[in-house]
Amino acid sequence: MNGGACSAGRSRWVEFDSVVSVEIHVQLATESKLFCRCASVYGAQPNTSVCPVCLGLPGSLPVVNREAFELGICAALALSCEVSSICTFDRKNYFYPDLPKSYQITQHYSALGRNGRIEIEDNGGARQIQIDRVHIEEDAGKIVYDETTGESLIDFNRCGVPLLEIVTKPWVTTPEEVYKYLVAIKQVLQYTGVSDCDMEKGNLRCDVNISVMEQGAQEFGTRTEVKNLNSFRAVQKALEYEKKRQIELIRQGKKVVMETLLYDDVSGKTALQRSKEQAQDYRYFPEPDLHPFFISGEWLESVRSKMVELPGARRERFIREYFLPRYDAGVLTGDREIADFFEKCVTLHNSPKVISNWIMGEVMKTLNEKKVSLSDLNLSPAQLVELINLLESGEITNLVAKDVLAAVIETGKSPRDIIAQKGLRQESAEDALRAVVDKVIASNPVPAVEYKKGKKTAAQFLIGQVMKETKGRANPQIVARLVLEALDKAAPENPQK
Amino acid sequence: MEIDAKLVEYLAQLCSISLSEEEKISLRGDLQKILSYFERINALDTSQVQVSASGGEQVNVFREDRKGAGLPQDEALKNAPDRKGNFFKAPPIIER
Amino acid sequence: MTTCFEIARKIRNREVSAVEVVKATLERIRLVDPKIGAYLQVTEKDALEKAQEIDSRLAKGESVGALAGVPIAIKDNIVTKGVRTTAASRILEGFIPPYDATAVKRLRDADAVIVGKTNNDEFAMGSSTENSGYKVTRNPWDLKRVPGGSSGGSAAAVAADTCAAALGSDTGGSIRQPAALCGVVGLKPTYGLVSRYGLITFASSLDQIGPITKDVRDAATIMNIISGRCENDSTSLEAAAQDFTAHIEEKIDGIRLGLPKEYFALSADSEVTKAVQDAARLYENLGAKIREVSLPHTDIGIATYYIIANAEASSNLARYTGIHYSSRQTPETGSGSQIFAQDVIDSTRTLFGREVKRRIMLGTFVLSSGYYDAYYIKALKVQTLICRDFEEVFKEVDALITPTSPTPAFGIGENIEDPLAMYLCDVMTVGANLAGIPAISIPCGFSSRGLPIGMQIIGNRLSEGRILQVARAFERETEFHKKKPRIDTDECG
Repeated sequence: MNGGACSAGRSRWVEFDSVVSVEIHVQLATESKLFCRCASVYGAQPNTSVCPVCLGLPGSLPVVNREAFELGICAALALSCEVSSICTFDRKNYFYPDLPKSYQITQHYSALGRNGRIEIEDNGGARQIQIDRVHIEEDAGKIVYDETTGESLIDFNRCGVPLLEIVTKPWVTTPEEVYKYLVAIKQVLQYTGVSDCDMEKGNLRCDVNISVMEQGAQEFGTRTEVKNLNSFRAVQKALEYEKKRQIELIRQGKKVVMETLLYDDVSGKTALQRSKEQAQDYRYFPEPDLHPFFISGEWLESVRSKMVELPGARRERFIREYFLPRYDAGVLTGDREIADFFEKCVTLHNSPKVISNWIMGEVMKTLNEKKVSLSDLNLSPAQLVELINLLESGEITNLVAKDVLAAVIETGKSPRDIIAQKGLRQESAEDALRAVVDKVIASNPVPAVEYKKGKKTAAQFLIGQVMKETKGRANPQIVARLVLEALDKAAPENPQK
Repeated sequence: MEIDAKLVEYLAQLCSISLSEEEKISLRGDLQKILSYFERINALDTSQVQVSASGGEQVNVFREDRKGAGLPQDEALKNAPDRKGNFFKAPPIIER
Repeated sequence: MTTCFEIARKIRNREVSAVEVVKATLERIRLVDPKIGAYLQVTEKDALEKAQEIDSRLAKGESVGALAGVPIAIKDNIVTKGVRTTAASRILEGFIPPYDATAVKRLRDADAVIVGKTNNDEFAMGSSTENSGYKVTRNPWDLKRVPGGSSGGSAAAVAADTCAAALGSDTGGSIRQPAALCGVVGLKPTYGLVSRYGLITFASSLDQIGPITKDVRDAATIMNIISGRCENDSTSLEAAAQDFTAHIEEKIDGIRLGLPKEYFALSADSEVTKAVQDAARLYENLGAKIREVSLPHTDIGIATYYIIANAEASSNLARYTGIHYSSRQTPETGSGSQIFAQDVIDSTRTLFGREVKRRIMLGTFVLSSGYYDAYYIKALKVQTLICRDFEEVFKEVDALITPTSPTPAFGIGENIEDPLAMYLCDVMTVGANLAGIPAISIPCGFSSRGLPIGMQIIGNRLSEGRILQVARAFERETEFHKKKPRIDTDECG
């Protein structure tokens, strides 16, 4: 690519902004599907959670799941949307083998919520991302392809599962900020129990639209759509790639074409799926098998009153009530389960900072190692508090405490039981310890001499040996004192070698 | 409202029906005739009319979120024109 | 003439056994149906089993349902569990539903005996049953004429006495018009009163299942069984349960009956007009107050109806693709050419008949971008005007009396080439569908050619009780409903 300010392209000195809009589909946390009583399952044998309704058999009719609808309202409120008082469903008509009725029941003319926003952290401050709409719709079935013949093998278990779609307005932003947006949305949806947003299980899907424009320009550029994004990081990387690609095209004097691209995580690149030359005519019209729904002020109030404290508010409250640093509060409230766990611990033992340290430290480290969520971990607030109490009362040492925690998680036994069983109580009895100290000094004459010569760190070695000897159970402060006492008490240095 | 051959082709594609040439011609004539008849609705003044939300009743019809028995797997697949194992089988799809 | 009421009574009193009744019905079908062609399928084995089971319960002194042993036929666009259901279309040729429609389930729970599935216009689209993908059904009163449609098979079966009663469906007149053409009773309920779960949908906002019977009391009896809230149908009404037979024998003096002038203007046949006017005079003699009323938007009904119905139908029939149920037709291609899923869909859907294809294309058109507002939305607004016409008129009168069909039964093949002419058969019936209000057709005379003429009684929303009462009042004073067609069962004919 020849450089310089060429007449055919844009000067490389011109800066570009990217404009992005994000469309997320999340599965609503319900027992059953949106329009029928089939269970919303994951990983089940194919076509074992289906019925005439979700199979679209002749004569079948939809009946709306109240919980799904209410979760939709909850999400709309949590995202500060205006909630319509009349809400209808519409049919989106198109043919595809995973769509048994050849139409999807969704909301097009109507949406549960409009014009909402969510706050994200922006360099110490906050920024509002505008949300265009929030609505509910049904999922389609799943197609896998036969390896040899390429034929379509269709499983309708997912067909009819309730989805929430959240669409942002397009905004001038960076890929990194989009990542933050996704994290914030996931947090709110998990907090409110609307969805568990597990991307692994396909509960959260994300498509983005991106265009670029010269800084200061009035009109947005042509956008491309990027799909097949399987993680938030993939979204960020795909946007980074696509932004660069579009800018490069424009700099070369070429045009960005409106296309649908698939992101390849391995190569980190986007590639054409198909051209959006002719937009499909979906012939949306109001679903005649469902009457409109009326959302009264009372209903909204009742949903609002049942709604949990949202992440941002909770974070601020943690700072205020528990005197936690902003960082701690942020980490703890990042996940609702963790925040709940923390608060339960605090009611049992009013040392928020200590508890916070343990959770942010050992507990979350374990969660990451085992790749599980807190609810899957075999640890109760009572158990953690018991452990902390034992530590604070001096019955065990810090080192031991970490091992005990691991043992509690492995076995489910209480810290006390484990300590008793393994004999891990901190050894503080001075006589017993003095005996060990003497023994260690006796077996390690060199450090003792070095200490005499002024090498104070030699004492550390001896202390370490005592700890090792006592399998970490000895009270470190007492050991240190005893060792120094013993060394100081030893015969004065013999000036003659 | 003029119904030309291109529109007939487009409609056939939208509703996914393969039409023979002969059918396209006769359908074009039928559609023209019937749509011309439909046009009489334009003569009515509906400027003051709101499409009513429902038959007057403002009742929300819901179902409680409880799992219920669906179809056994073999019943679900019974009418499948083609299947492989417990999947419905269809030809490959052109990427859409 | 054996009605549901009579049969049920006799079986309950053990004057006759359920098995005897079913056997007699099956024998009648064997004798007569080859000429009529009302049935697509006769479920002999199931029917006999059910009858045997009923007799055995009766022998043990156990209680049985209100329709125990009564032989009933079901229109083939209503799903019956384990029994092939095709909506008279080739695209559903091998389809065996894994579930029963609610209306069928309720009949079964009342111990009715389902004897078979009757022929109809494919997907209920038509007014003559000539659009069936399988066979022609003939009018028992004149085998060269149509029985009406789309529930022509059900109406013909009842008229030919090859069942005691039948279920039909009505979207624009498909119960009432064939009932009129076949000289039997047909009721379209208030929209939402009978569950649509299991009715193979044509037009979601207009379809209703209803009874086709020999007399008014049977229609009321069947309504008692099949109507009421259904948790599988969101459009099903919460209306309180009622006994539709409760008031049918009451006198109707003082009742206000309206004759909408626009309907009479549309009546193409003077004999039809006269028969209904004679009926009006009879009502007057019974003490009813007759007056002329106006439904100003009557003439726009057909256009409005067909825009809305076809639009919904184009979407409702999109599920028939050959992918996961229904017949699959794979296109012929040159060797080496790959077949894709879309090709199978396009090819399978050629199995639809011509009228169905026409309506799907029309419906797709009126919903398509650029035309949606001008046609579909506009039609919905006009529908509101039509509803208002009825609301106004029911402030002045309690029920309306009109002809059901502009003409008596026409010849097979007469209207089939002209879709618009066929549509216009519905001109007197679509209004009630568009307004969602109940209407019944009862026999009220015969043409000079001996063809039945039907009278329609239309009532306000949820006034089935009243229109049944008005219908019964006429029936009490006349013998039209008792007359039976003479079906020539010789080989030649």
